[in-house]
Amino acid sequence: MKLKTECSPHIRANDNTARIMLDVIIALIPALVAGIVIFGARVPMVVATSVAASVMSEWVLLKLTKRPGSIGDFTAVVTGLLLALALPVSVPYHVVAIGAVFSIAIAKLLCGGIGKNAFNPALSGRAFVMLLFPDALVRYAVPCAVMGLGNTVDIVSSATSLHHMQIPALPSVTLLDCFLGSMGGCIGEVSTLALLIGGVYLLVRRVINIRIPAGYLGSVALLTLIYGKGESPLLWMAYSLLSGGVVMAALFMATDYASSPVTPAGQWIYGIGCGVLTVVFRYNGLFPEGATYAILIMNAASRLIDRLTVPRVYGHSRGGGIKCG
Amino acid sequence: MNNSFGGGIRPPEHKHITADKPAVTIKAPEKVVIPLIQHIGEICTPLVKAGDRVLLGQKIGDVNGLGAPIHASVSGIVKAVEERPHQNGSDVLSVVIENDMLDMPQKKQGISDRARNLTADELIRIVREAGIVGMGGAAFPTDKKLISGLGAVDTVIANACECEPYVTCDDALLRSFPEQVTGGLGTVARILSPKRIVIAIEDNKPQAIDAIKLQAKNCKGIEVVVLNSRYPQGAEKQLIKAVTGREVPSGKLPKDAGCLVLNAATCAAIYKAVHNGEPVIDRMVSVTGDAIKAPANYIVRIGTSFQHLIECAGGVIDASLIIAGGPMMGVTVSDVNVSVMKGTNSVLCLKSTPEIPENPICIRCGRCVEACPVNLMPLMLNRAVLENSVRQMRTYNLMDCIGCGCCVYVCPGKIPLVQRFRRGKSVLKEKADSEA
Repeated sequence: MKLKTECSPHIRANDNTARIMLDVIIALIPALVAGIVIFGARVPMVVATSVAASVMSEWVLLKLTKRPGSIGDFTAVVTGLLLALALPVSVPYHVVAIGAVFSIAIAKLLCGGIGKNAFNPALSGRAFVMLLFPDALVRYAVPCAVMGLGNTVDIVSSATSLHHMQIPALPSVTLLDCFLGSMGGCIGEVSTLALLIGGVYLLVRRVINIRIPAGYLGSVALLTLIYGKGESPLLWMAYSLLSGGVVMAALFMATDYASSPVTPAGQWIYGIGCGVLTVVFRYNGLFPEGATYAILIMNAASRLIDRLTVPRVYGHSRGGGIKCG
Repeated sequence: MNNSFGGGIRPPEHKHITADKPAVTIKAPEKVVIPLIQHIGEICTPLVKAGDRVLLGQKIGDVNGLGAPIHASVSGIVKAVEERPHQNGSDVLSVVIENDMLDMPQKKQGISDRARNLTADELIRIVREAGIVGMGGAAFPTDKKLISGLGAVDTVIANACECEPYVTCDDALLRSFPEQVTGGLGTVARILSPKRIVIAIEDNKPQAIDAIKLQAKNCKGIEVVVLNSRYPQGAEKQLIKAVTGREVPSGKLPKDAGCLVLNAATCAAIYKAVHNGEPVIDRMVSVTGDAIKAPANYIVRIGTSFQHLIECAGGVIDASLIIAGGPMMGVTVSDVNVSVMKGTNSVLCLKSTPEIPENPICIRCGRCVEACPVNLMPLMLNRAVLENSVRQMRTYNLMDCIGCGCCVYVCPGKIPLVQRFRRGKSVLKEKADSEA
């Protein structure tokens, strides 16, 4: 009998990195489908461009740098998908590709690769093209507009709900339309319903836990309620949550493993920080949406938050506190 | 119901493989190989030599320092006192006895009538002379544990959690011999006079719970506490937390939290020693796993080879791992000629080993932080060990790791965290020694 020897434990849970990433992809399918229904045939083209550029740049760079990692773990697919869903449908393809390459090459691999990147790659790519091609990213198509598949398209750009709220005024669309996604905005962020379906899937599969999304959405809700504009604070809060990208940000962007804290207390702090900054940027910023930069800033604080919130170890009297070093 | 130790995991239990079958007593083999170290501490000095005739239960090895004496598990002729393969992977001095199949007992020192009048010191002496060690696997000498608890303990817990997947020997013991467990616990209570006497058991053993509750009705002061099933509930520190809400201070012993925890099988051994005058010569062993043909719980003589035990259980099919203990903390053996020892609760035969990628990568998912029952941050410790940073290992409290393997189990990157932590702990120990 040929016996192996190994250190315990001798059993493992079934989950692995690729399976988790596959779950994220599955969770994004409702938002993708909603995007296609709302914005039409250009959506798959944008998504395909983004995913292809991400995966190809990851493959090439892993070969060149001989870093650990593999395109088989689907992380590049997730990054490409998230980036595409966070862009407006009218975005030129070369802008998508530039964003995707930046996401993978600079934000992910240059910062150490899988698990080591300090900033959310998809949001980094988005922030990058936002600075380079601002006009391509603030033109939002109206739902169901007929659009060409060429690189650039003429669109009837509409002010999004968030633009209205910057005025400030309640948007012209109904709350139900906001919830279902029948409004201007980025491809994946408009349908809150679709995003929630995906979010619940991730929670059930335990890919994410409730802390970051709850901290994020909870603080946005509370702040917009307290500092509500217009006649009804409740209505203002509801529109604040349903317009723009905050639900997608809270469920899919802020929960990125590598760039968010791992301690339970840290995840609450981080989620709340994201929410507070998002509201601050919405109320004071130049752009109507502040989620991208809110999350990137909190990303920068993640490692520090982890160090400040080290859990109290069993049998120790004090909690974590500041761990120097 | 309660479950108040933090973290932990719920791996598939696989307990039904053996739990529903009655325990089987295996006929003593023709030859037993009894290792002279089966406990935490020093190796015993043999008291017999080749050619000697030994009786069942006769003391064949003893030790002056930390340790427990060792007894003949059959009667017969000592064939050799020599090094034989041991579960720890090395060759260890062992007594080989050829069984005469007569089971000629040493004169029994049954003291059931006198038991009530014995002092604590006398009872502890009996426990020591019977060679009793922690039978849940740790094999710490029980008399030393009892001595440490004298005057320091207000709660005694019999541990029947058996949180490791597959293993059901304590379950079988509780169902078949509940009076031994309560009886032994009663003896311990006489030694320590605690305020609270608890039998802690997980809710996945309904028949054992019924049996022990029924038995406990006859015993004044014994309380059965049913806990939600969760690994590693049976770990001493986690169990104390779950039952009493107290925590054992870092680097200290359970007695420093006023508690003393004994495995259910250890309690049964104490009962047999005190009431029947019987030393540890056999034990209940789960022979289980997907590679064994007739999995069940077997009552086995100490010194029976795994080979013999596996044959009695119908043999194995395509086994690639044979583990002494459970799948979470058990130790693989490379040789099936190793012997069942006092701490061997299970012989687990598995077909497949988990696949470990060549370059395991941490994706910072944080599952290890959630799973750690001690509240450590395994991902930070992993980095500290990889960087060989003594300061970081200390900052993140590496020495508090109990080695339960929860972090490894949940890690989607399949990082061998516990294996690395063992390395890190030995670095820290060396460092502490050189600083001292």
